[in-house]
Amino acid sequence: MSKQAQHWEKTRGLLMMTLAIWFVFSIGIFLFGAEMNEVTGPFGYPLTYWFTCQGSLGIFVILIFWFANRQEKIDEEFGFSERGDD
Amino acid sequence: MIKGNFIDNLPKVYGIYTGGFLGFIIIMAIGEQMGMTAKTIGICFVAFTVAIYAIIGYLSRTAQADAYYVAGRQVPTVFNGMATAADWMSGASFVAMAGGIYFKGYGYMALLVGWTGGYVLVASLLAPYLRKFGCYTVPDFIGTRYGGNLTRFLAVVVLTVASFTYVTAQINATGTIASVALDIPFQYAVYVGLISILLCSMLGGMRGVTWTQVAQYIVLIIAYLLPVFWISNKIGAGFFPHFMLADEVARIGELEQQFGFVKNAAADLKTVPKGLAGITKAHSAVNATPWGFISLALAMMMGTASLPHVMMRYFTTPSVKAARKSVGWSLFFIFLLYSSAPMLATLSKLSLMDPTLSTGIIGKSITDVQAIDWYQNWNSANLMFISDFNGNGTLELNEFFMGGKAVVLATPEIAGLPYVISGLVAAGGMAAAMSTADGLILAIANAISHDVYYKIIDPKAETAKRLVVARVLLVVIGFAGATIAAMEIQGILGSVIWAFDFAMSGLFFPLVLGVWWKRANREGAIAGMALGLASGMGYLIWVRNGGSGFLGITQLTFGIFGSAVSLVSMVVVSLITSEPSAATQRMVDEVRVPSGRSIIGKQ
Repeated sequence: MSKQAQHWEKTRGLLMMTLAIWFVFSIGIFLFGAEMNEVTGPFGYPLTYWFTCQGSLGIFVILIFWFANRQEKIDEEFGFSERGDD
Repeated sequence: MIKGNFIDNLPKVYGIYTGGFLGFIIIMAIGEQMGMTAKTIGICFVAFTVAIYAIIGYLSRTAQADAYYVAGRQVPTVFNGMATAADWMSGASFVAMAGGIYFKGYGYMALLVGWTGGYVLVASLLAPYLRKFGCYTVPDFIGTRYGGNLTRFLAVVVLTVASFTYVTAQINATGTIASVALDIPFQYAVYVGLISILLCSMLGGMRGVTWTQVAQYIVLIIAYLLPVFWISNKIGAGFFPHFMLADEVARIGELEQQFGFVKNAAADLKTVPKGLAGITKAHSAVNATPWGFISLALAMMMGTASLPHVMMRYFTTPSVKAARKSVGWSLFFIFLLYSSAPMLATLSKLSLMDPTLSTGIIGKSITDVQAIDWYQNWNSANLMFISDFNGNGTLELNEFFMGGKAVVLATPEIAGLPYVISGLVAAGGMAAAMSTADGLILAIANAISHDVYYKIIDPKAETAKRLVVARVLLVVIGFAGATIAAMEIQGILGSVIWAFDFAMSGLFFPLVLGVWWKRANREGAIAGMALGLASGMGYLIWVRNGGSGFLGITQLTFGIFGSAVSLVSMVVVSLITSEPSAATQRMVDEVRVPSGRSIIGKQ
């Protein structure tokens, strides 16, 4: 397999992982919204309420930075990383 | 004035700017103590901030295509994050979101999840690849990847339908705020708003919009967070509201039990002015079906990833790597405001409902409430209304009505904050609506000037002529938007949500598959865009005219149907027609590699 194909395979793997985490916190947990709201979440808010106002939102922020770092590692591994920093 | 070293000096420049703005707030506060009237303070806030944006817009003037279309591709990640956040958070987010949460609770908060979760799709599926492509506009990507003028043209059509729906709402919001702050009729205020918007974008294009958006973000985030923290401290709810309002949320639940949700008679409701609502849903209870919540969130997420005015912000970063990081920063800056909106809704509701607080009005006598200054002000602005339906002389929970905007605009006054804060909030709302309107008008004008005029009609046009066309279009589109906004056809929030649905119906799959599916070809893309947009629009018209809809897809989530049609038709048509040329396939391979020169630069 060429270097490029390997790079793309890893990139696709990372995408799947990122989308899986995204799916859980944007869609998955809200299938059980009513049940989850009975539980007390962080800082004492009802759990589903907390996810809608802070939890899911914060997780998305962290997820994007995590994704960006992982993708950079993959790019470096195959020598596709760009010069210069942001 | 803006020299090469401007980029290195950005933190310093905006640091001084922020300090200056805080200084201005303090001067206004002193002015208020010395007897400046509320009206003068309001005018000062709006006039001062708009003047600053106009100066930035003037300093960013340019005659180069690269600077006009993509800000010279040198905007650092963090600053691009701020600009995107301002681009993103519209008048709806700033003025209407806390109100929506206040009235509708959980079902409405699907928008919070949707409008943030969409950025995960932007970062992982699209932004870095479109940046590598090196295009000026989103239709530029579609046109080059799939080939042919028809694909390019259809992309411009989808972009225009979605963005234009969105921009009328934003001009409407600037008009509303300008009319309140400057005390002029709405029909004129709309054009005052429009001129302010054009001052930022006309001379500098994307470069002007970028640097004004950063300035606007700073104003809007201060204007949103300061009152939230202040009110929370003032009523003793906790000095960091985000982590400390659990007791208040629980207390609202208790009060809801105590007062009860009484259903009003239809005849009584008729006497309530249009657009005002009462509290009819529990604050923190789950009040929507899983699919109701998820479908709205999903539509907003896919719409986020298809809206061109957001995507084009990532064309301005120096590299592919920077584009990815910049999405993270964008969402971080958005998160600061979005996570505060539910807190503001909680504080606002508690201030009004809790009889043990001096600001509480529920349970007090009707005549007492009618005598309160702020009630009279907001009642005359048609944003508040009380009526003694049951004739017992006491204000019940179901007898108090408020406009959605009032939650943000009136809460500082209700909580007894000085007027300077209300002036600040008006400036923040203006900044939010202006920055989004700028991004949208520029997206439409750039797509028409670059893709329709330059790429299709006159490929030999010189840069100077292209930029003249771009600027004329900017003004024409702005005036068209303002004229429609002045007619006040629909509410701010409804049209914003429609814009997302239109964008996802026509653009989501053609964009995503353009990168992730090599087999996608021109015929497929044409089918995907045309059928997707047509079926989404058809569904909306059907439901609006009394159609029952299916699968629980409403007029707010019609994009789910449109994009499904788009996906199926794009895959089917691509597979029954011939695969894309070897050159196109090589191009897709190259897009997937972050290093190296951009695709369009090579041609």
